[in-house]
Amino acid sequence: MYDAKTVRRRRAVLGLLVVSSLILLTASFGQSGGPLSSIQRGVVEVVSPIQEGASRALKPFRDLFGWVGDTVDAKGENEDLRKERDELLGEVAQSKNALLENRQLKSMLQLDDTAELAKYRPVTARVNIRSSLVLAATLNIDKGSSAGIRVDQPVITGAGLVGKVAVVGRGFSVVRLITDPRVRVSAVTQSGRTGVVKTAAGNPRDLIMDGTRATDRVDEGEMIMTAGTMSQDDELQSLYPPGIQIGRVTRVDEPGSDSQEVHLRPFVDVGRIDFVQVLTEAANGNRPVS
Amino acid sequence: MIGFAPQLAIRLALLGLVVVILQVSAVAQIRILGVNADIVPLAVASAGLLCGSLNGAALGFFAGLFVDMTLIQTLGVNSLLYLAIGYTAGRLRELRDPQGAVIPMAVGAAATVIGVGGYALMQFLLGVDAPVSFLLVGQVLLTVFVNTFAAVPTHALVRRWLLPGLPDDPRRRRRRAYTTGGLSPLSRA
Repeated sequence: MYDAKTVRRRRAVLGLLVVSSLILLTASFGQSGGPLSSIQRGVVEVVSPIQEGASRALKPFRDLFGWVGDTVDAKGENEDLRKERDELLGEVAQSKNALLENRQLKSMLQLDDTAELAKYRPVTARVNIRSSLVLAATLNIDKGSSAGIRVDQPVITGAGLVGKVAVVGRGFSVVRLITDPRVRVSAVTQSGRTGVVKTAAGNPRDLIMDGTRATDRVDEGEMIMTAGTMSQDDELQSLYPPGIQIGRVTRVDEPGSDSQEVHLRPFVDVGRIDFVQVLTEAANGNRPVS
Repeated sequence: MIGFAPQLAIRLALLGLVVVILQVSAVAQIRILGVNADIVPLAVASAGLLCGSLNGAALGFFAGLFVDMTLIQTLGVNSLLYLAIGYTAGRLRELRDPQGAVIPMAVGAAATVIGVGGYALMQFLLGVDAPVSFLLVGQVLLTVFVNTFAAVPTHALVRRWLLPGLPDDPRRRRRRAYTTGGLSPLSRA
């Protein structure tokens, strides 16, 4: 058995560590600009190059595991994708006609897609690290305030909306993903129904569109996009430009009731992002072009 | 109880640093059954099992602090949880000294329950507005399941890394004497 001195020492160290944790928790909770926050940012600035190096060095291993996982997932998804392909073939024929028409109209109006995104001044950044926590979904990227990135700017990939910037340091930023409970996005369906997209806690592949009216009919397979600013009041500006893809409706719970809940699968697989774009400027107050 | 030894402290510090960087840079990006393994609580629990409650608690505190710093989260949340994991695993060693192949798996599963479940609970207590759903419970259970299997290689690696820094205990010395052949009575025959 241990002597009294050893037991006392063990209890004292344990007590000290617990008290230190509680002091840290109390001091840093809800603070975004205090001295602890500065220390935190400083530490991240220092360890960022190490993490970036580790992230690049370990990429082959990640890819290997990802390939194994993808192969298993692919078998299950194969059947669903075949069905979806058959449905989409019909739609493609219609879309081709619409696309031709659209190109002609755009050339007439002197608009093009690159200019569409360029007006938001996108900054491309590499993902260094990500949290694996169910209730705090974040990514750290390798660009920060020196690249013009500010808090609350939207973050996208080619597939759609990723989230928004939560914390900015000089050479890094933390992106809060759309699967984080603290992120809410005003959204609109293809058929023009509006609502707010948020996470269904615990599942990064399932989001919920809330706030639709009982009379709003939303169909399975419909695409959901960011709505942009709906109000004329500049103080109620949306953080997200209109028309960024978010996901596709997978099911509707209790349709036609006040508590109708639209579930959607995000286009972006937040677990597998290597590069993102931060939209560093809002154009026309993020209002849709009328 | 294993006291403070400089060599062990250095090995524990390096272990904490490498495990956290590995977790956030690589493991967090690998999805198995729709969830990620979390090797930080596993490594802390293994260190507690091998080095005792004080070393386990200290590693847990600093590894948790490093996680919170790296992910720019509220400081102290993971420190408190991982310190509890390290201390409990260490006390288990000091009071029961369990032996067996399934011990790392059982301790790893318990550590994950404390780590992931405790984090969710603390977020709710701190007022993060997230609905408690079966999905969330399902994700936590799946993470525990995945971590249970990840605990075996993690424990083996942590053990391999920490063993040179640990004081020789008589049982290990006796076992090694027989397996290396030199002192075995059978080798004389």
